[in-house]
Amino acid sequence: MKLANGNYIRPPARYSWWLRQGRYWRYMLRELSSLFIGIFSLMLVWGLYRLSQGEAAFSSWSANLWDQMLPLSLLVFVFAFYHSVSWFAVTPKAMPLRFAGKRLTSAFIVGAHLLLWLLVTALTWIAFIYGGEA
Amino acid sequence: MNLTDRNADNLNKEAPKVSHKPVVWSLFAAGGTVTALLTPVLVLLIGLAVPLGLLPQALFSYARIQAMLANPLIKLIVFFVLFLSLWHAAHRLRITLHDFGLRADGIVAICLYAIAALASILLAIVLI
Repeated sequence: MKLANGNYIRPPARYSWWLRQGRYWRYMLRELSSLFIGIFSLMLVWGLYRLSQGEAAFSSWSANLWDQMLPLSLLVFVFAFYHSVSWFAVTPKAMPLRFAGKRLTSAFIVGAHLLLWLLVTALTWIAFIYGGEA
Repeated sequence: MNLTDRNADNLNKEAPKVSHKPVVWSLFAAGGTVTALLTPVLVLLIGLAVPLGLLPQALFSYARIQAMLANPLIKLIVFFVLFLSLWHAAHRLRITLHDFGLRADGIVAICLYAIAALASILLAIVLI
Protein backbone atom coordinates (compact mmCIF):
# COMPACT_ATOMS: atom_id res chain seq x y z
CA MET A 1 0.00 0.00 0.00
CA LYS A 2 1.50 3.37 -1.05
CA LEU A 3 1.40 6.20 1.45
CA ALA A 4 0.98 9.90 0.59
CA ASN A 5 4.69 10.52 1.26
CA GLY A 6 5.72 7.89 -1.26
CA ASN A 7 6.63 5.18 1.25
CA TYR A 8 5.16 1.71 1.09
CA ILE A 9 3.67 -0.25 3.98
CA ARG A 10 2.19 -3.71 4.16
CA PRO A 11 -1.50 -3.37 5.22
CA PRO A 12 -2.43 -5.31 8.36
CA ALA A 13 -4.24 -8.65 7.84
CA ARG A 14 -7.93 -7.81 7.98
CA TYR A 15 -9.29 -11.10 9.34
CA SER A 16 -6.35 -12.74 11.06
CA TRP A 17 -4.41 -9.90 12.74
CA TRP A 18 -5.49 -11.04 16.18
CA LEU A 19 -3.90 -14.48 15.74
CA ARG A 20 -0.42 -12.97 15.71
CA GLN A 21 0.14 -12.18 19.38
CA GLY A 22 -1.01 -13.41 22.79
CA ARG A 23 -2.18 -9.96 23.80
CA TYR A 24 -4.38 -9.71 20.71
CA TRP A 25 -5.88 -13.12 21.55
CA ARG A 26 -6.67 -11.94 25.07
CA TYR A 27 -8.23 -8.77 23.67
CA MET A 28 -10.52 -10.81 21.40
CA LEU A 29 -11.45 -13.23 24.20
CA ARG A 30 -12.29 -10.23 26.39
CA GLU A 31 -14.48 -8.66 23.70
CA LEU A 32 -16.13 -12.03 22.96
CA SER A 33 -17.42 -12.08 26.53
CA SER A 34 -20.16 -9.79 25.20
CA LEU A 35 -21.44 -12.61 22.95
CA PHE A 36 -21.94 -14.90 25.94
CA ILE A 37 -23.36 -12.16 28.16
CA GLY A 38 -25.78 -11.31 25.35
CA ILE A 39 -26.84 -14.96 24.86
CA PHE A 40 -27.36 -15.40 28.59
CA SER A 41 -29.44 -12.19 28.82
CA LEU A 42 -31.63 -13.42 25.94
CA MET A 43 -32.03 -16.78 27.72
CA LEU A 44 -33.23 -14.99 30.86
CA VAL A 45 -35.67 -12.80 28.90
CA TRP A 46 -37.01 -16.00 27.32
CA GLY A 47 -37.29 -17.60 30.77
CA LEU A 48 -39.35 -14.65 32.02
CA TYR A 49 -41.56 -14.96 28.97
CA ARG A 50 -42.07 -18.67 29.71
CA LEU A 51 -42.80 -17.77 33.33
CA SER A 52 -45.60 -15.49 32.16
CA GLN A 53 -47.13 -18.45 30.28
CA GLY A 54 -47.68 -20.46 33.45
CA GLU A 55 -46.18 -23.23 35.53
CA ALA A 56 -45.83 -25.91 32.85
CA ALA A 57 -44.03 -23.58 30.45
CA PHE A 58 -41.69 -22.31 33.17
CA SER A 59 -40.86 -25.82 34.42
CA SER A 60 -40.04 -27.03 30.92
CA TRP A 61 -37.80 -23.98 30.43
CA SER A 62 -35.87 -24.56 33.67
CA ALA A 63 -35.60 -28.31 33.08
CA ASN A 64 -34.17 -27.64 29.62
CA LEU A 65 -31.77 -25.03 31.07
CA TRP A 66 -30.38 -27.48 33.63
CA ASP A 67 -30.36 -30.62 31.46
CA GLN A 68 -29.24 -29.29 28.08
CA MET A 69 -27.59 -25.93 28.71
CA LEU A 70 -25.05 -26.84 31.38
CA PRO A 71 -22.02 -26.60 29.04
CA LEU A 72 -23.27 -23.23 27.75
CA SER A 73 -23.82 -21.97 31.31
CA LEU A 74 -20.27 -23.01 32.24
CA LEU A 75 -18.95 -21.16 29.19
CA VAL A 76 -21.01 -18.08 30.06
CA PHE A 77 -19.66 -18.20 33.60
CA VAL A 78 -16.01 -18.36 32.45
CA PHE A 79 -16.44 -15.48 29.98
CA ALA A 80 -18.52 -13.39 32.42
CA PHE A 81 -15.85 -13.88 35.07
CA TYR A 82 -13.14 -12.81 32.61
CA HIS A 83 -15.23 -9.76 31.69
CA SER A 84 -15.59 -8.76 35.37
CA VAL A 85 -11.87 -9.10 36.11
CA SER A 86 -10.79 -7.24 32.95
CA TRP A 87 -13.50 -4.56 33.35
CA PHE A 88 -12.46 -3.74 36.92
CA ALA A 89 -8.78 -3.86 35.93
CA VAL A 90 -9.23 -0.88 33.57
CA THR A 91 -11.40 1.24 35.89
CA PRO A 92 -8.42 3.34 37.10
CA LYS A 93 -7.78 4.29 33.45
CA ALA A 94 -11.44 4.87 32.54
CA MET A 95 -12.25 6.65 35.80
CA PRO A 96 -9.21 8.19 37.53
CA LEU A 97 -10.48 9.32 40.93
CA ARG A 98 -9.19 12.06 43.21
CA PHE A 99 -9.75 12.31 46.92
CA ALA A 100 -8.76 15.41 48.94
CA GLY A 101 -6.69 16.64 45.98
CA LYS A 102 -4.68 13.43 45.59
CA ARG A 103 -4.96 10.79 42.87
CA LEU A 104 -6.16 7.50 44.29
CA THR A 105 -3.77 4.65 43.45
CA SER A 106 -4.79 2.13 40.79
CA ALA A 107 -4.52 -0.69 43.30
CA PHE A 108 -7.00 1.07 45.58
CA ILE A 109 -9.58 1.65 42.82
CA VAL A 110 -9.32 -1.92 41.49
CA GLY A 111 -9.39 -3.34 45.02
CA ALA A 112 -12.49 -1.34 45.92
CA HIS A 113 -14.27 -2.60 42.81
CA LEU A 114 -13.31 -6.22 43.47
CA LEU A 115 -14.60 -5.84 47.03
CA LEU A 116 -17.85 -4.34 45.73
CA TRP A 117 -18.14 -7.27 43.28
CA LEU A 118 -17.71 -9.77 46.12
CA LEU A 119 -20.30 -7.93 48.20
CA VAL A 120 -22.87 -7.76 45.37
CA THR A 121 -22.31 -11.46 44.63
CA ALA A 122 -22.81 -12.51 48.25
CA LEU A 123 -25.84 -10.25 48.74
CA THR A 124 -27.53 -11.48 45.54
CA TRP A 125 -26.95 -15.10 46.52
CA ILE A 126 -28.28 -14.60 50.08
CA ALA A 127 -31.22 -12.45 48.92
CA PHE A 128 -32.26 -15.16 46.46
CA ILE A 129 -32.10 -17.95 49.03
CA TYR A 130 -33.69 -16.12 51.97
CA GLY A 131 -35.78 -13.50 50.13
CA GLY A 132 -39.47 -13.95 49.50
CA GLU A 133 -39.99 -15.83 52.78
CA ALA A 134 -41.33 -12.87 54.74
CA MET B 1 -11.97 38.49 22.43
CA ASN B 2 -13.64 38.39 25.84
CA LEU B 3 -16.06 35.80 27.13
CA THR B 4 -19.23 37.75 26.22
CA ASP B 5 -18.06 38.21 22.65
CA ARG B 6 -17.32 34.53 22.33
CA ASN B 7 -20.76 33.59 23.65
CA ALA B 8 -22.42 35.95 21.21
CA ASP B 9 -20.27 34.51 18.43
CA ASN B 10 -21.38 30.99 19.31
CA LEU B 11 -25.02 32.01 19.28
CA ASN B 12 -24.65 33.31 15.74
CA LYS B 13 -23.26 30.04 14.45
CA GLU B 14 -25.47 27.18 13.42
CA ALA B 15 -26.30 24.75 16.20
CA PRO B 16 -23.57 22.09 16.40
CA LYS B 17 -24.52 18.63 15.20
CA VAL B 18 -25.68 16.54 18.12
CA SER B 19 -23.95 13.17 18.25
CA HIS B 20 -25.74 10.06 19.52
CA LYS B 21 -22.42 8.62 20.64
CA PRO B 22 -22.63 9.75 24.30
CA VAL B 23 -25.98 7.95 24.68
CA VAL B 24 -24.69 4.70 23.15
CA TRP B 25 -21.45 4.99 25.09
CA SER B 26 -23.06 5.68 28.49
CA LEU B 27 -25.45 2.72 28.05
CA PHE B 28 -22.42 0.58 27.12
CA ALA B 29 -20.40 1.71 30.15
CA ALA B 30 -23.30 1.34 32.59
CA GLY B 31 -24.08 -2.08 31.13
CA GLY B 32 -20.43 -3.13 31.36
CA THR B 33 -20.35 -2.31 35.07
CA VAL B 34 -23.72 -3.93 35.79
CA THR B 35 -22.76 -7.15 33.97
CA ALA B 36 -19.33 -7.16 35.63
CA LEU B 37 -20.99 -7.01 39.05
CA LEU B 38 -23.93 -9.35 38.41
CA THR B 39 -23.59 -11.75 35.46
CA PRO B 40 -21.20 -14.23 37.18
CA VAL B 41 -23.46 -14.63 40.22
CA LEU B 42 -26.60 -14.78 38.05
CA VAL B 43 -25.19 -17.62 35.91
CA LEU B 44 -23.98 -19.40 39.01
CA LEU B 45 -27.39 -19.05 40.66
CA ILE B 46 -29.74 -19.67 37.73
CA GLY B 47 -27.72 -21.84 35.35
CA LEU B 48 -25.28 -23.77 37.52
CA ALA B 49 -26.43 -24.06 41.16
CA VAL B 50 -29.04 -26.77 40.55
CA PRO B 51 -27.13 -29.02 38.10
CA LEU B 52 -23.98 -28.74 40.23
CA GLY B 53 -25.97 -29.64 43.35
CA LEU B 54 -25.25 -26.36 45.20
CA LEU B 55 -28.92 -25.47 45.79
CA PRO B 56 -32.16 -27.49 45.96
CA GLN B 57 -34.43 -27.29 42.94
CA ALA B 58 -37.35 -26.26 45.20
CA LEU B 59 -35.86 -22.75 45.47
CA PHE B 60 -36.60 -22.29 41.77
CA SER B 61 -40.25 -23.37 41.87
CA TYR B 62 -42.76 -21.51 39.72
CA ALA B 63 -44.67 -20.23 42.78
CA ARG B 64 -41.52 -18.86 44.43
CA ILE B 65 -40.14 -17.07 41.33
CA GLN B 66 -43.60 -15.75 40.53
CA ALA B 67 -43.95 -14.35 44.08
CA MET B 68 -40.51 -12.72 43.90
CA LEU B 69 -41.31 -11.02 40.61
CA ALA B 70 -44.63 -9.74 41.96
CA ASN B 71 -42.58 -7.13 43.84
CA PRO B 72 -42.44 -3.93 41.71
CA LEU B 73 -38.95 -3.05 42.95
CA ILE B 74 -37.61 -6.45 41.87
CA LYS B 75 -39.35 -6.04 38.52
CA LEU B 76 -37.60 -2.70 38.05
CA ILE B 77 -34.19 -4.12 39.01
CA VAL B 78 -34.62 -7.15 36.72
CA PHE B 79 -35.66 -4.89 33.85
CA PHE B 80 -32.72 -2.51 34.16
CA VAL B 81 -30.13 -5.24 34.71
CA LEU B 82 -31.26 -7.18 31.63
CA PHE B 83 -31.85 -4.05 29.52
CA LEU B 84 -28.35 -2.73 30.24
CA SER B 85 -26.75 -6.16 29.71
CA LEU B 86 -28.46 -6.48 26.33
CA TRP B 87 -27.32 -3.04 25.16
CA HIS B 88 -23.83 -3.55 26.45
CA ALA B 89 -23.57 -6.86 24.60
CA ALA B 90 -25.07 -5.49 21.37
CA HIS B 91 -22.73 -2.50 21.24
CA ARG B 92 -19.59 -4.43 22.15
CA LEU B 93 -20.38 -7.22 19.71
CA ARG B 94 -20.81 -4.63 16.95
CA ILE B 95 -17.30 -3.30 17.61
CA THR B 96 -15.92 -6.85 17.92
CA LEU B 97 -17.35 -7.93 14.56
CA HIS B 98 -15.59 -4.92 13.02
CA ASP B 99 -12.35 -6.13 14.64
CA PHE B 100 -12.90 -9.58 13.15
CA GLY B 101 -12.88 -7.93 9.69
CA LEU B 102 -16.61 -7.67 9.04
CA ARG B 103 -16.98 -4.17 7.64
CA ALA B 104 -20.76 -4.05 7.00
CA ASP B 105 -21.17 -1.92 10.12
CA GLY B 106 -24.56 -0.48 9.13
CA ILE B 107 -26.24 -3.88 8.81
CA VAL B 108 -24.44 -5.30 11.84
CA ALA B 109 -25.50 -2.33 13.98
CA ILE B 110 -29.13 -2.52 12.87
CA CYS B 111 -29.33 -6.29 13.48
CA LEU B 112 -27.70 -6.22 16.91
CA TYR B 113 -29.53 -3.14 18.19
CA ALA B 114 -32.80 -4.56 16.82
CA ILE B 115 -32.30 -7.82 18.76
CA ALA B 116 -31.53 -5.84 21.94
CA ALA B 117 -34.55 -3.56 21.38
CA LEU B 118 -36.99 -6.42 20.65
CA ALA B 119 -35.79 -8.39 23.67
CA SER B 120 -36.13 -5.26 25.85
CA ILE B 121 -39.69 -4.70 24.61
CA LEU B 122 -40.61 -8.36 25.22
CA LEU B 123 -39.06 -8.09 28.68
CA ALA B 124 -41.08 -4.97 29.50
CA ILE B 125 -44.34 -6.54 28.26
CA VAL B 126 -43.72 -9.75 30.20
CA LEU B 127 -42.87 -7.92 33.43
CA ILE B 128 -45.81 -5.50 33.40
